[in-house]
Amino acid sequence: MRITTENLSYSYGENDKTLRVKALSGVSVTVNEGEFFGIIGQTGSGKSTFVFHLNGLIRVQKGCGAVYVGDYDLTDKKCDFKSLRAKVGMVFQYPEYQLFAETVRDDVAFGLKNFFPGLSDKERAEKVRRAIETVGLDYAKVAEKSPFELSGGQKRRAAIAGVIVTEPEILVLDEPAAGLDPVGKREFMNLVHALHGKFVKTVVIVSHDMNLVSENCTRAAVFSHGEIIKTGTPKEIFADERTLENTGLDLPVTAFLEKRLKEKGVYIDSDLTIKDFTDKFAEKFAGVKKQ
Amino acid sequence: MKDVSFGQYYPARSFVHKMDARVKILLAIAYIVAVFLVKSEPEFYFLGFAACFLFVVIATVCSRVPFFKMLKSVKAIIFFVVFSAVLQLFFNKKGTPLWEGGFITDAGLYNAAFITARIILIVLGASLLTFTTSPVEIADGLESLLTPLKFIKFPVHEFALVMSIALRFIPTLLDETDRIIKAQKSRGADFETGNVFKRVKALIPVLIPLLISSFRRADELADAMDARCYSGSKNRTRYKKMKIGWRDLIGTLVLAALITGVVLLNGVLGVAV
Amino acid sequence: MALLQVENARFSYDKKTEALKGVSFSAEKGDYLAIIGHNGSGKSTLARLINGLLTPSGGTVTVDGISSVDKEKCFQLRKRVGVVFQNPDNGIIASIVEDDVAFGPENLGVPREEIGERIDFALKAVGMEEYRKSSPARLSGGQKQRVAIAGVLALKPEILVLDESTAMLDPKGRKEILSVVKKLNEEQGVTVIAITHYMEEAAEARDIIVMSDGEIVMRGSPEEIFLKGAELKKYGLELPYPAYVAEKLKEKGVPIDGVVLTREALAEKLEKLCE
Repeated sequence: MRITTENLSYSYGENDKTLRVKALSGVSVTVNEGEFFGIIGQTGSGKSTFVFHLNGLIRVQKGCGAVYVGDYDLTDKKCDFKSLRAKVGMVFQYPEYQLFAETVRDDVAFGLKNFFPGLSDKERAEKVRRAIETVGLDYAKVAEKSPFELSGGQKRRAAIAGVIVTEPEILVLDEPAAGLDPVGKREFMNLVHALHGKFVKTVVIVSHDMNLVSENCTRAAVFSHGEIIKTGTPKEIFADERTLENTGLDLPVTAFLEKRLKEKGVYIDSDLTIKDFTDKFAEKFAGVKKQ
Repeated sequence: MKDVSFGQYYPARSFVHKMDARVKILLAIAYIVAVFLVKSEPEFYFLGFAACFLFVVIATVCSRVPFFKMLKSVKAIIFFVVFSAVLQLFFNKKGTPLWEGGFITDAGLYNAAFITARIILIVLGASLLTFTTSPVEIADGLESLLTPLKFIKFPVHEFALVMSIALRFIPTLLDETDRIIKAQKSRGADFETGNVFKRVKALIPVLIPLLISSFRRADELADAMDARCYSGSKNRTRYKKMKIGWRDLIGTLVLAALITGVVLLNGVLGVAV
Repeated sequence: MALLQVENARFSYDKKTEALKGVSFSAEKGDYLAIIGHNGSGKSTLARLINGLLTPSGGTVTVDGISSVDKEKCFQLRKRVGVVFQNPDNGIIASIVEDDVAFGPENLGVPREEIGERIDFALKAVGMEEYRKSSPARLSGGQKQRVAIAGVLALKPEILVLDESTAMLDPKGRKEILSVVKKLNEEQGVTVIAITHYMEEAAEARDIIVMSDGEIVMRGSPEEIFLKGAELKKYGLELPYPAYVAEKLKEKGVPIDGVVLTREALAEKLEKLCE
């Protein structure tokens, strides 16, 4: 499923002119199936408002552009938001805060029961098991436990199992690694990569961490004051450092190093992942040494 | 949801804003008493309510709160107003019918107008208090007004602290509720369809996380208060001192005039009729 | 005796497993100490022991000669050790910035005039003077956390403990807090103990303590600590991002000597190599 927004705008407080705040204006972007797409921007730049449009948590306001997700036209009043939400999974910041059921199994099954009430118990149990195992939890150990007995990292995994259990085609994650320790963060990103392409087709990730974006994303969009100021590959986005001006964000380390070296006349043309950057720099350095 | 300004405080630097919160609370109560003093016979209430209305209008002008804001707070309770008016119109069987065989009587009509005016006037006065006095000021003002209750061992300080913390956390919890609702909606939760029983049940996945998060917040808040040396009201000083100034005196005098006027009106017209 | 002296401190929440298994370290006035460790390593328990929110079940914690074992004196201890917690939303008590900053001094019974002075001083120290009359609900995460720091500074503490105070902030907020804390340490001589998950932040400290499973497993300057990438990994930690890039370059035969903690330092080294 491809995501397309056309000239999307949104204002909060539409009933009261004095309180009206424009959160999005004229956002047009396309996310193709299979992408690992980054949404970049400061707090309050409109990222969340944008993302909430993707599964109809926020409805497109009248005359404020259009959103299409696959065959779903989200401006259409008759749009079936429920079936859409089964296909666009959304992982919120600190997703462990939405756990509520008595056992991990029940919590993970919540979405399935809502979206596919017709499933047989056996089918449902199988899907729940698969989701719990996919996020790296030991089904036998955690399924019957209360979600509140799990450790912080496990809780987060359980919460994500509760989102991917409906096998969504698109997975949207808002700052999913926030609050984790360094190793937890790395393991978590490994998990997202493991999901991508197997469990879900497209990943949309909202992040402040430019290193994470340059390391993982195929493309990204930079939000500032409710507008998209740049869309492209990490390379295209970070090539012009003015793009990030006024966003309060830093260049990824690799882009920063490339920029500094360029100023000295040394051109490293990597895709900004650490692997490619270090490969290309090592190559360049070997060349310098020979001279 | 972030823009919900709870308690609808309207920040400004006006005559009324600068008045002492305690005085304003007492004046609001006195004003409501004045509204209630106005007798329900039409010959009294036209003038009595006109006086009260004039008072609110002058106070609003002095408070720099825009009139449309005041009207909005009336709009918020419009259902209640219409409901009471309709009750009076249809169920008041006293007086003479307005038309042959009609079920609406003149007394019913007068009473409906009376109730409507009374409710609106009270809401206007109460909103003026909340528009010009921040929730914190109201909490502090109440604490100060309730101080005499200390003698009967009522924990006035704790009561006020609990109240102001509750006010402080309302916007935070509203935000949180909004987030949890969105998260569960993403997992297919449906809060909009089905019968009452089903809808209440649908709220469980929202209420439990909210409850847990409130406990967690309470825990962290307690730690933060402990860390800042909180130990109850003993030996505690207060940074903000409430002072009664000339504005408070003027306000009190004007209101006293209003009450006297209403009482006189009741008496004078009573004699005249 | 050092300003902060922790000796063989132990603590257990449930009497079965020990969150702290005998921790000893000290800090002098003006120190800037970072404590890092994986989730559940005992960092936050340590923060609560230092300011007397928890009392050690074994060993001692002494600040300025005052022991936290002495319950009578725990206020003396809390006055000297200010803690800023992780979630700025849960640490602010009042609905107006200045009222919140006043909360601590009010609790101590500070006279009214002096509270005003302390608010001035504390808000100025964190650069929030102009928000004095604002409502915290309308501030950004970084600004809220600055207010929380001001609320602690108004107690005039000698030690400032940051218990993952930047974890929930965006990069801009994080930078704000970091620069405020550095300034307090350098200009006011406030002793800082920063507990953090961000290796880049730990690299800013003068000293780092690494904790794992309730014990101190490493202590040294950032240069010393981040030289031992492999050991850190064992404890569930990583190198700061620039150091990690440098590590990868070394593996590919680029001769980078010593530890590189900041992106600037790495850029300079790479520039030199290409000359």
